[in-house]
Amino acid sequence: MHFAIPVLSLTIWLPIIGGLAVLASGDKAPNISRWVALSFSVLAFLVSLLLWTGFDASTAQMQFVERAPWIPSFNAWYHLGVDGISMPLIILTTFITILVLISGWEVISYKPSQYMAAFLIMEGVMVGVFSALDAILFYVFWEAMLIPMFIIIGVWGGPKRVYATIKFFLYTFFGSVFMLVALIYMYFKSGSYSILDFQALPLSLTEQIWIFLAFLAAFAVKVPMWPVHTWLPDAHVEAPTGGSVILAAIMLKIGGYGFLRFSLPITPDASATLDWLVIAMSLIAVVYIGFVALVQQDMKKLIAYSSIAHMGFVTLGFFIAFSIFARAGATGGVVMGMEGGMVQMVSHGFVSAAMFLCVGVLYDRLHSREISTYGGVIHTMPVFGALMVFFAMANAGLPGTSGFVGEFMVILASFQADFWYAFLAATTLILGAAYTLWMVKRVVYGPVTSEKVAGLQDANGRELLVLGILAVAVLALGLWPAPLVEVMDASIQNLVQHLAVSKLAVAPAAVAVLP
Amino acid sequence: MENLYLTIVLAPLVGSIIAGFLGSRIGRVGAHSVTILGVGLSTGLSLYVLKGFVDGTLSAFDGPVYTWMISGGISFEIGFLVDKLTALMMAVVTFVSLMVHIYTIGYMADDEHNWPQESLAGRNAYQRFFSYISLFTFSMLMLVMSNNFLQLFFGWEAVGLVSYLLIGFWTVRESAIFANLKAFLVNRVGDFGFILGIGAIAMYFNSMDYQEVFAAAPALAHTQVQIWGDSSWSLMTVICVLLFIGAMGKSAQVPLHIWLPDSMEGPTPISALIHAATMVTAGIFMVARMSPLYELSETALSFVMVIGATTAFFMGLVGLVQNDIKRVVAYSTLSQLGYMVAALGASAYAAGIFHLMTHAFFKALLFLAAGSVIIAMHHDQDIRNMGGLRKYMPITWITFLLGSLALIGFPGFSGFFSKDAIIEAVHLSQVGGAGYASVLLTLGVFVTALYSFRLYFIVFHGKERMDDHTRHHLHETPAVVWVPLVLLAIPSVFIGWMTMESVLFGDWFKGVIHVAPEHDVLGQIGAHFHGQTNFVLHGMMAPPFWLAMGGLALAWYIYMMKPVIADYAMVRFSRTYRILEGKYGFDQFNMAVFAGGSRALGKLFWVTGDQGLIDGILINGSAQGVGRIAQRLRGIQTGYLYHYAIAMILGLVALLTIFVTF
Repeated sequence: MHFAIPVLSLTIWLPIIGGLAVLASGDKAPNISRWVALSFSVLAFLVSLLLWTGFDASTAQMQFVERAPWIPSFNAWYHLGVDGISMPLIILTTFITILVLISGWEVISYKPSQYMAAFLIMEGVMVGVFSALDAILFYVFWEAMLIPMFIIIGVWGGPKRVYATIKFFLYTFFGSVFMLVALIYMYFKSGSYSILDFQALPLSLTEQIWIFLAFLAAFAVKVPMWPVHTWLPDAHVEAPTGGSVILAAIMLKIGGYGFLRFSLPITPDASATLDWLVIAMSLIAVVYIGFVALVQQDMKKLIAYSSIAHMGFVTLGFFIAFSIFARAGATGGVVMGMEGGMVQMVSHGFVSAAMFLCVGVLYDRLHSREISTYGGVIHTMPVFGALMVFFAMANAGLPGTSGFVGEFMVILASFQADFWYAFLAATTLILGAAYTLWMVKRVVYGPVTSEKVAGLQDANGRELLVLGILAVAVLALGLWPAPLVEVMDASIQNLVQHLAVSKLAVAPAAVAVLP
Repeated sequence: MENLYLTIVLAPLVGSIIAGFLGSRIGRVGAHSVTILGVGLSTGLSLYVLKGFVDGTLSAFDGPVYTWMISGGISFEIGFLVDKLTALMMAVVTFVSLMVHIYTIGYMADDEHNWPQESLAGRNAYQRFFSYISLFTFSMLMLVMSNNFLQLFFGWEAVGLVSYLLIGFWTVRESAIFANLKAFLVNRVGDFGFILGIGAIAMYFNSMDYQEVFAAAPALAHTQVQIWGDSSWSLMTVICVLLFIGAMGKSAQVPLHIWLPDSMEGPTPISALIHAATMVTAGIFMVARMSPLYELSETALSFVMVIGATTAFFMGLVGLVQNDIKRVVAYSTLSQLGYMVAALGASAYAAGIFHLMTHAFFKALLFLAAGSVIIAMHHDQDIRNMGGLRKYMPITWITFLLGSLALIGFPGFSGFFSKDAIIEAVHLSQVGGAGYASVLLTLGVFVTALYSFRLYFIVFHGKERMDDHTRHHLHETPAVVWVPLVLLAIPSVFIGWMTMESVLFGDWFKGVIHVAPEHDVLGQIGAHFHGQTNFVLHGMMAPPFWLAMGGLALAWYIYMMKPVIADYAMVRFSRTYRILEGKYGFDQFNMAVFAGGSRALGKLFWVTGDQGLIDGILINGSAQGVGRIAQRLRGIQTGYLYHYAIAMILGLVALLTIFVTF
């Protein structure tokens, strides 16, 4: 599809340019910086909507493609494009960024323009990750993401922010180095850095397994999957509210996206061989982390753990594919599992963002994230309390909210893979409700427990605006997920067909070409 | 037709939204007017639909409203199936809901006393309450009118949500917010099974639509599945048992019954509407709706029957030792739900639904009458402080008596027909466990009469045990409260007589509920049916009638003539008493094993797993390891030239040695 304007480039560079401008302007007129930042993010969102309106949902081809030479000596290209998998995630990114900027409006008084700038730059970089079709470009965006987030946590974070930032940085960097090696290896085999070429590249099973593991190291840390998840609770606890929102709503999705864009299509046979590993890690995330979340005393930690459990559904939905192929031979369940994982990612973007924002609202008032500080908040903040209960219900996967859709699809699909997968996954109905609603009981309900709670003011207009928009999004996706599922259907179908064909059969012919 | 059904569903939702979001603006009168208008409209139209089915002017409707999503070859729709079963449920749900709406005007009139003065949540609590009960009506209608499993699950969980919100309505009370969390979680345990059942249906039928699933079911009747090792199970048994686990949660069957008594923490109108008449009967409705599936698995039917009969008898016993007026009625509800479930297990689905209907009227009546007593007693619910109330509140007294007679199955009252039909059906049933169920259900009649009339005599007769202040203020409740009682008393008395023939033995459920010929116990009873009068006369010669009379007489003797007997029995059978008082220990067990166990497990995983193994050893350990090695290596970098020179010389010697020797 050809568009008069380079939509993807605009979506990437508008916020980055805006961010640099805000950064340059300094803190002399913080209000102007805020408005400028907001305008840029709204503009980027509007531009990104063109991706939705101009999207052709009937094809799995890359759309809005831009391709220009970048580093000729490496054969690296400035190559962008989206399909039904990346497009919803890009819009999620531009949408959430606006809310984050509004939520930090007057709360951040320390270096506000730098704060706004960090998020704008972060936005552009994340859109870059989702739209890059060249592996080097992808890798540059991927690593570049770490910098703004590192600064956001390191500058505006809590008391233990240094430990958290270093842990966060090293963890994710550790994973991505292996990915870089894998990418370079494939460059030497194919002579190209194009991700689409990688997907068509024949690889032996041994090669695939090494590449798969390298990708797994990168993406599992990002998602994060058990057992490489322990950076997330620390990062969330120390991050400012906006940082937590971006982290949970978007950054984690990049791990899930990586599985769909890299692991599965590039190494289908290794994925089929090692699917048990990912499935086991996913189910452990759902069950084990569910129990861990139950005993958290810190609201942000609780939601962070809940994020890990919810992301377990994403990876589970992606990797049950091969068991379903083996058992039923039908692709229906495979498609449902992957679409379920995708819907879960978008939904989690809304719900986790809302939950972190709710904690932020309370934290801004009493400067405590401890559950025990609160109790009876509903009596002083009835509107906020109602919203928090609503989002808690979405987090617990109540039908009618977005939180239900993805979990429902993945549970249904995993039943086709193995009864016990579905059994373990479905425990989230109990565990998710238990940890979320127990927190609600102790924070929102009950008699007013302290003078501090008695003095709370209900959410102000700005906070209500942000939470209200998210509530509408959660409800809309829960009541009518069809539009979202439709745009991704062709791409997912295509991916599933690609997965059903082994790369090994064609390998010998290709080997001859290589040297 | 679709517009009519949409109106029935959406009218309460609109009322709920207006009362909920604009509550402070439209005030109390605005809120209850708009919700009553919405539910009233639904009720009128539902009765019109029911009449249409009775007259034969309406035929079954099955159509989609919109496509929720299409994924993996399955189309997930939102749509309505309105047949005679649905029409009956719609009429019951909306009628009881309307009565409860009206009643609530009186019951919640002084609600501000239940909130701390400064609580902002208490400001619009009255409006919020109306919003919730209208939202409930919407959810329940979505559930019963669904034509597919997705929407069924939506309604199923949505009624659970409203139940959660309403049990914890008085959020200042610790007991209320404990009870609502408990209710939600126990229901989620049921839903856990339910969603797996839906998963099985999606896998084997590749559809969510009832009619498609029912049509394909016979072909899969002999399919075997392997779940654990090599032992194979009938697919239908697996599906039916999983779905029934959901019903056990929602309809409070042993061992998932534990939430219902605690749900009495909610305001009484919702105990009547949600926890007696409608929501808790969703499980019964669901199984009846799924009769084409359940008929294909005798194992599942046995399971259903045994669970139902167990609940019916043993929960009735617990009702004998309760002293809270609402809890007695709550245990009675558990027991009656057990009767309905047992009927389903005997393939007497029509009898289960019939009892559901009669029970909805008389149990809503009993709860609302109990609420009327509670209002008069200034929210004291302990029956030991009551007595002789018949003098002060005659309408409540008479209607409560009528409700109790209907409950114990006094000949001619609605409960008589429905309960007798169940007992006979189970007696005739051939599936496994029918003998056990038959004995328990028959004995249960005695227990029902005993606890019902124990309650009745203690509350309305005998010594006036309340304090003088309360006695001084005792009077009949206002018209908004007693009019619904009267309106509910009418069907409680007559509905059984009026509808029994067509619902149980006629063709009302023909083509809606499917019963295999070899299971058709109601057909066998119907063969000997010669009119209601005959049925009543026949019933008066059967054991259940004499057991009921025996229970009634014993209650009269103990609580009116010789109250010492009760005290003596308490001492003489102290161990039994303690078991009943402790509700068989389910609560302690769950608190210790499930609640305590989960927390312990969470702590273990967190402290040992995350903090100890992963962070302590792997992450920080490797970081410290690197640090420690670096510390050592740093020691070598002394900065002294002669150290480096020595190292160089030693290296040179070593290298030369290697070159020379090899």
